[in-house]
Amino acid sequence: MEHTVICHNVSKVYRQEAVAVQALTDINLDIPRLDFVCLSGPSGSGKSTLLNLIGGLDRPTTGEITVDGQRVDQLGKSELAALRLHKIGFVFQAYNLIPVLTARENVEFVMQLQGMEVAERAAKAREILKEVGLDGLEDRRPGELSGGQQQRVAVARAIVSEPSLVLADEPTANLDSKTAENLMQLLRHMNQEHGVTFIFSTHDKLVMDFSRRLITLHDGSIVNDVRRE
Amino acid sequence: MPSEWRTPLLLTLAWRNLWRHTRRTLMILFAFVLGVWSMIVIAAITRGSMEQQLDKSILNLTGHIQIHVAAFRDDPVIEHRFIPPPALETALTGENITARAQRVRVPAVISSERESAGVTLVGIEPQRERGLSFIATAVTDGRLLESPDDQGLLLGRKLAERLETGLGRRVVLMSQDVNNRVADRGFRVVGIFDTQPRQMEEAYVFIGRATAQKMLKLDDHITEVAVMTADRDRLEEPLARLRATVPGLGVQPWTVLEPLLVLTRKITDVILIIWYAIVFAAMSFGLVNTLLMAVFERTREFGLFQSLGMPPAHILGQVLVESLILLALALVIGNLVAAGTVYALRDGIDLTSVAAGMELMGVAPIIYPAWSSGDVAAANLLVFVLGLAASLYPAWRAARHVPVEAITRV
Repeated sequence: MEHTVICHNVSKVYRQEAVAVQALTDINLDIPRLDFVCLSGPSGSGKSTLLNLIGGLDRPTTGEITVDGQRVDQLGKSELAALRLHKIGFVFQAYNLIPVLTARENVEFVMQLQGMEVAERAAKAREILKEVGLDGLEDRRPGELSGGQQQRVAVARAIVSEPSLVLADEPTANLDSKTAENLMQLLRHMNQEHGVTFIFSTHDKLVMDFSRRLITLHDGSIVNDVRRE
Repeated sequence: MPSEWRTPLLLTLAWRNLWRHTRRTLMILFAFVLGVWSMIVIAAITRGSMEQQLDKSILNLTGHIQIHVAAFRDDPVIEHRFIPPPALETALTGENITARAQRVRVPAVISSERESAGVTLVGIEPQRERGLSFIATAVTDGRLLESPDDQGLLLGRKLAERLETGLGRRVVLMSQDVNNRVADRGFRVVGIFDTQPRQMEEAYVFIGRATAQKMLKLDDHITEVAVMTADRDRLEEPLARLRATVPGLGVQPWTVLEPLLVLTRKITDVILIIWYAIVFAAMSFGLVNTLLMAVFERTREFGLFQSLGMPPAHILGQVLVESLILLALALVIGNLVAAGTVYALRDGIDLTSVAAGMELMGVAPIIYPAWSSGDVAAANLLVFVLGLAASLYPAWRAARHVPVEAITRV
């Protein structure tokens, strides 16, 4: 089976002055391509840390992480930037759209970094925004959109450059339940239609119910790993 | 990755980011415009004042080039005389030479019926002094000498007061002739001249060149030829031509004749550089502070850029482009406002109310700002290059964030 993500004995220790905080301990995890995985667990269990390590936003203290065949823990800054640009999409709890750019420009941002032709990226941005239900709102800036709409723009931005993997850190935490459900349906749709592997973290039972695989963390260790299909 | 798509992206982001805080951007822009304006305008006024001083000194019997016996500069006496060869006249009618005149310049004593004073006696060709020295336009009472053999004498107003004499009165000039005998002659004062600095009015008296030659038994000898050219800063060609024509004589440019002026010019350049440095230092603090604040406020955003795959070099580039836009705007506006100011002051800045003090410092009472492309280019280059250099620190701060720390910053 082809795996998008492989974690082998991954640990992460944060140093806060003289105190060492063990955020993750010996994580071993294989995530097959096209999986739709939920990381759950209480606050401080290590969900976000694990997502950050997989996404190359942070480095493990020990262990190996492979994404799409590349050893993330061994890459330099520029190589990590290139990996994130071409292979990984991010969806954040706080949406994290670029406030000075419109919805369309936010979606085009990554494609511009990739050097895509103007016409091609404009067409793709228009198409994906329509797919996430934001037709007609392309020229609005984030401040003129609701939370749910902003998160849809963030999903469109994460998916439009056709990455192998999308990492979503508590994507529904700032949304009401109805909007959260719609968003999860959208993510599921993207997973199926665009062939992208999804890993997301949540506290939310509703969100967990959408996952095909539920991994529970506690105090930095995987305590449960259940396939739900 | 083709870079042609990155530049517009950086430009778009930089431009919009600048106007996120319109008031702050306008304030720093105003400070920069003020800085650039003050650099250029103060430079124009300083340069103008200095150039006026230089022009005035050159008109005070210096000229752009002087030809005389080599020893004359150190010992300006009648023994150091020469007969100008015919070839010199031909060389002096050449290209770039706008005026030239032969002179006799010797030390003398002038006496009225009441007082006497040591002076420099200058025998001139009055019509040829036009555009060459101040005397052609400085006579305010009476008349200018009419020809080299005019029998009259021109006296400075200050010296006339000192000698208690005046227009139409007779004075006696005494000097030494070529045979080392006393040569003296009575002259009628036909003109009184006023000039700046007023010490010149006491230092020189003027008679006709032929009259002076006759009085001093010089025959066709003179002591100097003064030359004015089209451009005082491009003397290489006329100097070379004249030196080749009269190899036995000293042919010297004003930069050798008036070393103090050259020093003044250099000091002016240094003062302007110090002025630029002071203004720029004040501006750069504002720029660095503004950019640092902008970088700090946007830490999460820079983390986001990194998360989305923007290389650190591009994040650095984005901050630099913001700085570049700000600097370019400030330079364009600052230059335009400065050009307008210099144009508005084209009729001069009238400082006659403090003229006495200005004269003591060798500065004319009306200063005409001089727009120097060199000064403008130096100010622009300094602001642009050092401005970008000062922006490197905030840009580097923006680019060195660890993505996860930046993006989780509250």
